[in-house]
Amino acid sequence: MSFPDPIAVFRTEAAELLEQIEAGLLDLNVNLGDKDRIDAVFRGLHTLKGSGAMFGFDALAAFTHHCETAFDRVRKGEVPATQALVTAVLEAKDHMRALVETPAGDHEATSEALLANLRAAVEGADNPSAAQALSAPARTLFKIRFSLPQNAMANGTNPLPLLDELRELGECRIVADRSAIPSLDLLSPTDLHISWNVELLTSQPRSAIEDVFIFVMDDMQLEITAVEAATSAARSPESRETPVQPVEPVATEPVTASASRVSAPVTVAPLPTDAKASKTSENVRVPAEKLDELMDRVGELVIAQSRLSQLAGGSGDLQLRAVSEDVERLSGELRDTMMVLRMVPVTQLFGRFRRLVHDLSHETGKMIELVTEGESTEVDKSVIERLADPLVHLVRNSCDHGLETPDERLAAGKPQAGRIMLSARQQAGEVIITIKDDGRGINRERVRAKAEASGLIPPNANLTDQELYQLIFQPGFSTAQQVTNLSGRGVGMDVVKRTIDALRGTINVASHAGQGSEISLAIPLTLAIIDGLLVRVGAGRYVIPLSAVEECLELSIEEDMRSRGRSFISLRDSLVPFLRLRDLFRTGTKPDPFQKVVVISTGSERVGLVVDQIIGDHQTVIKAMSKLHHDVATFSGATILGDGDVALILDVGHLVTEGQQQEAHLRAAG
Amino acid sequence: MNEAVRKISEDLWNGRNELEVLTFDIAGEMFALEAVIVQEILDLLPETVVPGAKAFVGCVINFRGKVIPLADIRLAFGMEATKPTIDSRIIVIAINIDGEPVLAGIRTDKVHEVTTLLRAAGEPPPSVGMRWRPDFIECLVKRGTEFIIVPNLNAIFAAEADRINSSISHGSAQR
Repeated sequence: MSFPDPIAVFRTEAAELLEQIEAGLLDLNVNLGDKDRIDAVFRGLHTLKGSGAMFGFDALAAFTHHCETAFDRVRKGEVPATQALVTAVLEAKDHMRALVETPAGDHEATSEALLANLRAAVEGADNPSAAQALSAPARTLFKIRFSLPQNAMANGTNPLPLLDELRELGECRIVADRSAIPSLDLLSPTDLHISWNVELLTSQPRSAIEDVFIFVMDDMQLEITAVEAATSAARSPESRETPVQPVEPVATEPVTASASRVSAPVTVAPLPTDAKASKTSENVRVPAEKLDELMDRVGELVIAQSRLSQLAGGSGDLQLRAVSEDVERLSGELRDTMMVLRMVPVTQLFGRFRRLVHDLSHETGKMIELVTEGESTEVDKSVIERLADPLVHLVRNSCDHGLETPDERLAAGKPQAGRIMLSARQQAGEVIITIKDDGRGINRERVRAKAEASGLIPPNANLTDQELYQLIFQPGFSTAQQVTNLSGRGVGMDVVKRTIDALRGTINVASHAGQGSEISLAIPLTLAIIDGLLVRVGAGRYVIPLSAVEECLELSIEEDMRSRGRSFISLRDSLVPFLRLRDLFRTGTKPDPFQKVVVISTGSERVGLVVDQIIGDHQTVIKAMSKLHHDVATFSGATILGDGDVALILDVGHLVTEGQQQEAHLRAAG
Repeated sequence: MNEAVRKISEDLWNGRNELEVLTFDIAGEMFALEAVIVQEILDLLPETVVPGAKAFVGCVINFRGKVIPLADIRLAFGMEATKPTIDSRIIVIAINIDGEPVLAGIRTDKVHEVTTLLRAAGEPPPSVGMRWRPDFIECLVKRGTEFIIVPNLNAIFAAEADRINSSISHGSAQR
């Protein structure tokens, strides 16, 4: 077994932390007084700093430390949270990302600028009275005694940074307790035998000290004792001469304390860390290809299991049958669990856009409200990753070109804040992701003029709206009258189109002048699990995505005879064209006496498919067709049935188009 | 043409004088494939016909949870179909098509053995007097009184892929 590269692990972890921090900051921006959010951001920053230092990302740790300090003050109520602060930390967060990705790069200047920015934000927020209070902070003397587990160093914990962190908190005196060191012959150099006694005079609260130990808290012994609040005068160097209460057991140097009353020792229970730790332990990061492998194994298991069932069914051995039934149930459950593992809700994807819209709102001076819908829609992880860039561009486009300025909006009788809606839903074996704005809409005339000017269409070409809108996805097409900061970042609408094409998806554009535009991306669930309707045509079995199925009905013999010439059935007063799959697939078999029609639809278009038998529901993992079969458009993929046979999955969109074409053809003939 | 064929054979032998191959029968002729591309030898599996696909790859099979096409080399060589026997096997191979690795099954009548072919015994396919397309054959290797055919799978699959591609562009032109 190989261990993952710790640096890579840290990077993934850091990326997640940064995302959390960002989400927290954005929430905070909406509700500046939210104490939980402030704490969450602080914790995120602290963890990032800690693990950054642990993995040698020193620049990151140092930089993050300042942000953390700023947030610590907010957390303690010394400084109020302000928009300026949130914005400053958001910018700083982006810089942290850069520091994580390229720790060796030259970041000095940016760091300095951002920190200056941050300081200004904090100072600006600092009201005079708080500053007053800060100038003479109440300082408390803490006695801290801690020891780390013996194997701590072997596990990668270095106690020295902990001590450094304590020193940062205030005036500090650290004494090592070497009493536990064994004789040389028993000494293992990797073991840790030293514990520490620390006296710390600080204005920080107890929690700040606990935070120092946040990463090692689980295994260590930590005692923090608050000694009566002391003034700095009382803790002058001279007063050290009088040892009052030597910290037991054996201190090798005189330990001093100037206080009289000692409160009861407090063993520190790992407070928020505990909850956090148990939460993270619920998630495991696994490379996607391992899941694919596992999926294949489960597939094989299911096949082996069905052979076992057949054998058991054929034998009279009751015990064997019982075992076989158990295995059947277990492997079925295993498959079901397996199937959902790769799917992730689009929440993750949509989450990124809150930040984008927040920034865009600042840059453009427009008020933008982002509404998301259907975040629980699940999409294959690889699809989500590939969708991110095109969506960013589409959202940018909506903010930049679609939405008007607040004044224009008021003049048009709309609410001042523009609204962008991101929604996801599943339809007919596809995920539909829609970006909708309530801005000015696409200007048809300008699109046309531009297309004519750049020679994409001949002058006065007769185009439908849809055809016209599709022109905006042509390379080099932009109707923006002036190039802004938002556009021209290297991703054009043509790239959006290319990416969606690569995912075998389609783009639909709708627009109403003055009311806004709507762009929908229909992406097939490539490696998704779909519920399918298993049907038989001739000797072959096929899967029709259940989400596309409207209804099933029987094709009566009369209707069958009548429809020899025209392939239509009447379904509640409307004519539905149908395709005989037996003819389409050239099975060469005789039709079953009672054929069925499965009516499928994509949106508003319906088509009937005549099959021999409807077998039933079937949950399917879609396997892509081999490259050698890319010419076969009728099928979008294949799946493996419970008995190990392969069934092909019908491409609904293609069949509907074919049916509609047939209908048009018949209409023209008739 | 002969030049080109010689060139291909050079690639196959790649400077080696011996080649490990798997030998098998299709329609009474003995074929050999380089052993390193062979993934697995399977008993016949249930085949699923893909309506509308080329006859050369008219079926798919379930190979360990993967759906892979089953290729029929006989069609590339214009041979008669043979009935499956108790000796029939599927050889699963990994080949590169347009730079992407693709798994495919090949239906065979009988699989013999892994053996070593000597370069000295091989010769390029004659350009005349053969009913098979010469570019589909890497070389012929003499063994005893018989010839073992080493097919050029890349050429065979590429030819099929080309036909598919051209039919796609043809089809879209019609639309």
